Amino acid sequence: MSRLTTGGQIDRSQKIAFQFDGRTFQGFKGDTLASALLANDVRLVGRSFKYHRPRGILTAGSEEPNALMQMGLGDQTTPNVRATTQELHDGLIAASQNRFPSLAFDLLSVNDLMAPFFSAGFYYKTFMWPKSFWEKLYEPIIRRAAGLGALSGKADTALYDKAFAFCDLLVIGAGPAGLMAALTAAKGGLDVILADEDFTLGGRLNSETFEIDGQPGRDWAAATVAELAAMDNVRLMARTTVTGAYDGGTYGALERVSHHLSTPPKDRPLETFWRIVAKRAILAGGAIERPIAFPNNDRPGVMMAAAVRSYANRFAVAPGKAVSVFTNNDDGHRTARDLVALGITVAAVIDTRREAPYGEGYPVLKGAEVTDTKGRLGLREVIVRTESGQKTIKTDCLAVSGGWNPSVHLTCHMNGRPVWREDIAAFVPVENAIPGLLTVGAALGDFSTHAALATGQKAAATVLAEMGKTTSAEKLPKAEDAPIALAPFWHVKGTKGRAWLDMQNDVTTKDIVLAHQENFRSVEHMKRYTTLGMATDQGKTANMGALAIMADLTGRSIPQTGTTTFRPPYTPVAMGALGAHGAGKGFAPERLLPSDTVGRELNAHFIELGLWYRPSLYPLAGETHWRHTCDREVRMVRGTVGITDVTPLGKIDIQGPDAATLLDRVYTNSFSTLPIGKVRYGLMLREDGAVLDDGTTARFGENHYVLTATGGAAGLVMTHLEFCTQVLWPELDVSVFSVTDQWAQYSIAGPKARDLVNALVDDPVTNESFPYMSCGEAMIGGVKARLFRISFSGELGYEIAVPARYGDALARALGEQAKALGGGWYGLEALNVLRIEKGLLTHAEIDGRVTPDDLGLGKMVSGKKDCVGKTLSGRGAMLAEDREQLVALKIPGEVNAFSGGGHLFKVGEKMITANDQGHITSHCFSPTLGHPIALALLKNGRARTGEKLVMKDYARNLEITCEVCAPVHLDPKGENLRA
Amino acid sequence: MRYSALQVLRNGLTGNKSWKPVWRNPTPKSHYDVVIIGGGGHGLATAYYLAKKHGITNVAVLEKGWLGGGNVGRNTTIVRSNYMLEGNMKFYSHSLRLWENLEQELNYNVMLSQRGLVVLGHSDGQVEALARRGTVSVMEGDDGVLWSREECRARMPYLNHDDARFPVYGALMHQRGGTARHDAVVWGFARAADMRGVDLIQNCEVQGLRIENGKMVGVETSRGYIGAGKVGMTVAGRSGQVAEMAGLRLPIESQVLQAFVTEGLKPILPTVIAFGMGHFYISQSDKGGLVFGGDLDGYNSYAQRGNIPMMEHIAEAGMALMPMIGKAKMLRSWGGINDMTMDGSPIIDKSPVENFFVNCGWCYGGFKAVPGSGDCFAHLMATGNPHPAANRLLLNRFETGRLLDETGNGASPNLH
Amino acid sequence: MRINCPNCGDRDVREFHYRGSAKLLNRPAPDAGEAAFVDYVYLRENPAGLNRELWFHEMGCRSWIVAQRNMSTHEFAGTELARNAKRGAK
Repeated sequence: MSRLTTGGQIDRSQKIAFQFDGRTFQGFKGDTLASALLANDVRLVGRSFKYHRPRGILTAGSEEPNALMQMGLGDQTTPNVRATTQELHDGLIAASQNRFPSLAFDLLSVNDLMAPFFSAGFYYKTFMWPKSFWEKLYEPIIRRAAGLGALSGKADTALYDKAFAFCDLLVIGAGPAGLMAALTAAKGGLDVILADEDFTLGGRLNSETFEIDGQPGRDWAAATVAELAAMDNVRLMARTTVTGAYDGGTYGALERVSHHLSTPPKDRPLETFWRIVAKRAILAGGAIERPIAFPNNDRPGVMMAAAVRSYANRFAVAPGKAVSVFTNNDDGHRTARDLVALGITVAAVIDTRREAPYGEGYPVLKGAEVTDTKGRLGLREVIVRTESGQKTIKTDCLAVSGGWNPSVHLTCHMNGRPVWREDIAAFVPVENAIPGLLTVGAALGDFSTHAALATGQKAAATVLAEMGKTTSAEKLPKAEDAPIALAPFWHVKGTKGRAWLDMQNDVTTKDIVLAHQENFRSVEHMKRYTTLGMATDQGKTANMGALAIMADLTGRSIPQTGTTTFRPPYTPVAMGALGAHGAGKGFAPERLLPSDTVGRELNAHFIELGLWYRPSLYPLAGETHWRHTCDREVRMVRGTVGITDVTPLGKIDIQGPDAATLLDRVYTNSFSTLPIGKVRYGLMLREDGAVLDDGTTARFGENHYVLTATGGAAGLVMTHLEFCTQVLWPELDVSVFSVTDQWAQYSIAGPKARDLVNALVDDPVTNESFPYMSCGEAMIGGVKARLFRISFSGELGYEIAVPARYGDALARALGEQAKALGGGWYGLEALNVLRIEKGLLTHAEIDGRVTPDDLGLGKMVSGKKDCVGKTLSGRGAMLAEDREQLVALKIPGEVNAFSGGGHLFKVGEKMITANDQGHITSHCFSPTLGHPIALALLKNGRARTGEKLVMKDYARNLEITCEVCAPVHLDPKGENLRA
Repeated sequence: MRYSALQVLRNGLTGNKSWKPVWRNPTPKSHYDVVIIGGGGHGLATAYYLAKKHGITNVAVLEKGWLGGGNVGRNTTIVRSNYMLEGNMKFYSHSLRLWENLEQELNYNVMLSQRGLVVLGHSDGQVEALARRGTVSVMEGDDGVLWSREECRARMPYLNHDDARFPVYGALMHQRGGTARHDAVVWGFARAADMRGVDLIQNCEVQGLRIENGKMVGVETSRGYIGAGKVGMTVAGRSGQVAEMAGLRLPIESQVLQAFVTEGLKPILPTVIAFGMGHFYISQSDKGGLVFGGDLDGYNSYAQRGNIPMMEHIAEAGMALMPMIGKAKMLRSWGGINDMTMDGSPIIDKSPVENFFVNCGWCYGGFKAVPGSGDCFAHLMATGNPHPAANRLLLNRFETGRLLDETGNGASPNLH
Repeated sequence: MRINCPNCGDRDVREFHYRGSAKLLNRPAPDAGEAAFVDYVYLRENPAGLNRELWFHEMGCRSWIVAQRNMSTHEFAGTELARNAKRGAK
């Protein structure tokens, strides 16, 4: 047990039991999983990606590359959880990853012996023979070996949420710089959000022994947090990682709401993904300590020095019994001093600098370097090269400090390229990398506590001034202001053996040498060839060392060598959170018909059509096949009367003195000539000459039209009309308004349609009083309705529209009356059959490529006026003879052997692309005709009536011979319509 | 140096000391027979095929950054040939056939994995359209098999088949579709072109085009003037800008498309899956990351980065389709500049400027086109005639109206 | 990304639909001929700096908006209602 008896920010009164790899351990409230494991002397926690080398905890933060855990059991197991950020809670179950059969004995560690052959990019040079073995043999082996944790393969049932937040100032990071910035800004009156990924705000103050204004830093932090928490204009967001910086002051942020709870309340999300819109932002994200590469520096027990201080100071854990330190800077010595103060043995401080400080209670080896480590599954000793020769030091924990890299990540998200600061040998953010964002403290490369407080205060003052607020004259708290004392040192030279840069992806200094040797010298080539920095930590600890080595090899400076780009997210974000509410029905709005309830009461079969749920069939008892229902519904319409809900048709109200002019310009045909009380079929083009949509438009007054658009194109047509009225011709005095949802509309079709209409309207209509293609108003039970004499079936037809709130009532009345007349409801399947029998179009035919002429509607393009698309519809290829034209096809028999996947060929010709004659667009069995029919687009089709063709669907393996006919099968003269 | 398992073994035993540079770092010459602008997949493949098939080796590929730094290094690595319109189908079919021999031809393992690509249908109409796509594929000599609703459930149990907003009605399986390792494609073509004498010149930005009497004669670069017998443009998202140097405007808008990858996971997803209703597609890389993407952000951009709304929408689509990925964590997002044409199909053609050739408009689908595009562009530049597989991908189709509009959305690039 | 709608103020980009170059304001005269329409419908500038472009506040006030936006940085330099831009141009 390595838990110190006193100190730390853990609550020794709250014991927590947890499991790791099947064994039960105990920790305390305030622990992370990592600190609790270290307190229980668990050092081996994982295996690396490629060589399956033993891995221990390296850091105490989200940059952790090694300690990734599979969390929880069963369907809801979570892979790749960083033990270093996971708060300990009762019942937590963690398991190590990427090992078989066990963590201590992993068969794939044989890969490590093969390392000479598994050098960077080796797989590009082999596994090519024989050709077919890649998918069958090589790739499956590689895939099985790769990967880290595992998904269960079962649906994630956790609750996730998303939210927006708005503020004057977003402060990212709640260390001394962030706290000071937030406090200053909040006192100045700004709305402030302070976000930090940790569960305890305070940043490094929680892990260090610094004092602020004479009190321990952590106490100052706690007091400041309390002060902020009491302010109404401040929102504190702990456990919240700002993941990305985007345009317009928008930031993504992930709040881990419930991961620290044993049994989260049911109504509380696991995570919430925030979009924070901030007028200004201050980045106080601190810095990440960087390692030094030396042979076998990847053994469990080798840790970052700052992490060692975190575990000792914050979590009261001795990371080793005899700790040594390998450093190129004074921070390493601070580690030793802190440990000594806590009574932990410091075996040695190995300082690469000859001018290193003297040890205060610990030995110092100056100008010394670690050249190797020993210990199979954990560090036992380190070999040190000193000026006086080689030394072996018994040690079970080596704290490494190679200096600090400011957390520039967010400033790269909008393509900012960090700049090199020679004095700290590190990249710092370039100014204005993110509009409105200022960087402060260690993230700016100003590492002392004093500098953090000072830059935080100053940046907040700048923001206040920019936003017209005044800064209260607050005294800056007193804190240490130690200078940076560092001699850049990246890797130990003149040694054999592999020195790790990327601990997770197993990239060693040798891989960088090889990349250089093979001319993968650009930073991006180096990264991609070796996979450096591509692991779950995105190179937070690895990149700089590799860059330095490449710089060495090429003889360029580090800034000349460049830096790879950091991209969002800062730390990985669960798909469940990003995609919150997308699962199940949440992905898209659900639009329900006014007659939805009626349909459900009738056990109609509903299907998704666009965003709408629409009945495809209204089956009756005893109908066992969908065709029974469909055929019956078709016969019903042709024989008596059928009703269907056509509310999804786009209904666009067009009013104003220039309404007619607008319609003349958007339709190929003329609408200014349409008499009041009449309806006309119109064709609308895109400006490129293709058909956009068709539909009927009714004229209710001199300056009032109601246009209908195909259901699926309703939004498109509405947008098009608004484009026309606002962008093309704003001088027109006309307004367009979508009333699709305001009116419930029903289609009534069949020989008894008029009887049905007259059973409902106050004033009955006759064929003479209300002939085909009429429109007008009618009263139904005291409600003003709109009545249209139109048909999408070829039968006598009406459509009745009432305000949507009466939709259900009208549906019930229609249903009742229809039943009395021997009719009833019909669904989309029958609707489709009815219109195909009549050769009427939907967007199966209007596919965005066809022209009016292709559809046989060339004559509808008025020669007398311009309209959108007219000019380009006249281009040569739009009128070419070999274009496909709309025709109908038929085959004999009861079984519909047509297929929407069918292409057409001349009989006897090879069925290949070169002989393609066209394809099926719609098809059905026609109960009226007694055989299957189809609509098709066929090359020069109108001239081919009577020709026999072969239809082939290769995807379903169907083949039939069919005959070309004219697209209108029923009532070509339209006598039924006018009856 | 020929790559082989034996070579890997030999080098492994000798400290990997004898591996040679994969390409040289040549100093630009004052004149080349052919200068290719843009060292991405298309440019490198063009140079390779010029050398390999046409014996034209006095060729330079000019790259303003590092080889493969554009879209070829930023895509979701999908390889397929399942288009619907003849002009596209024959081109992508040609390209897929080249892919299938690429590793042996280049002596470089590009890890082409024909694990199959499944396109889902979410209504009877969509399934019919998929059947048609499958038919068109087979007509062209490729493959496509329709899966019923029941087959989909059995083969893809991890999809939401129970309470989905858009249930799976069926799917088209394109077995020869799959993925390849994108960087390896770059390096393989670069190495093979370099070995045949092509000069690959990095950090060499083209800043102007020299045109004399209507003829292209050379390019002004950040490394000086380089004369050229012919100049070919393969700069994807930057096509509009390079064309402008030649005084041309193209039927193209440059838009941003984002792509994403999760942390590494043990194998869970055997095929590539495309979810049309949600504009979402996903595959799992050999390293274990789920690689996924969706629609364009929808606005013009040269920034190579996108914004939150599309990222969220794509993740929502992912959760709608396969809620099993909820606990996978998105690791990295990035963006590419897509040269979106007005009909959504590419352009390989001469230009009005003599000796200046354009290869552009690959929209979001340029990766799978790399070998085909290189072959066809090399053919055009070497012979002056369009390659038979690319004879519909011509610039004049916008004038004549002989468009190749797969989606039928017309001249709105962000809808293709 | 945020867009300043002249009617509604600062709004998230997800409320808007992008339509492309503001060149679409200038539809050729009906008799301008095919070449003029081909140019209008298809050919684009793609500047690496400020782009004058059309956005539609689809899930807001449904105004068409002309924006000046930098294609390299995404920064907006200004927005106005398309109907005003069009009238101003005349």
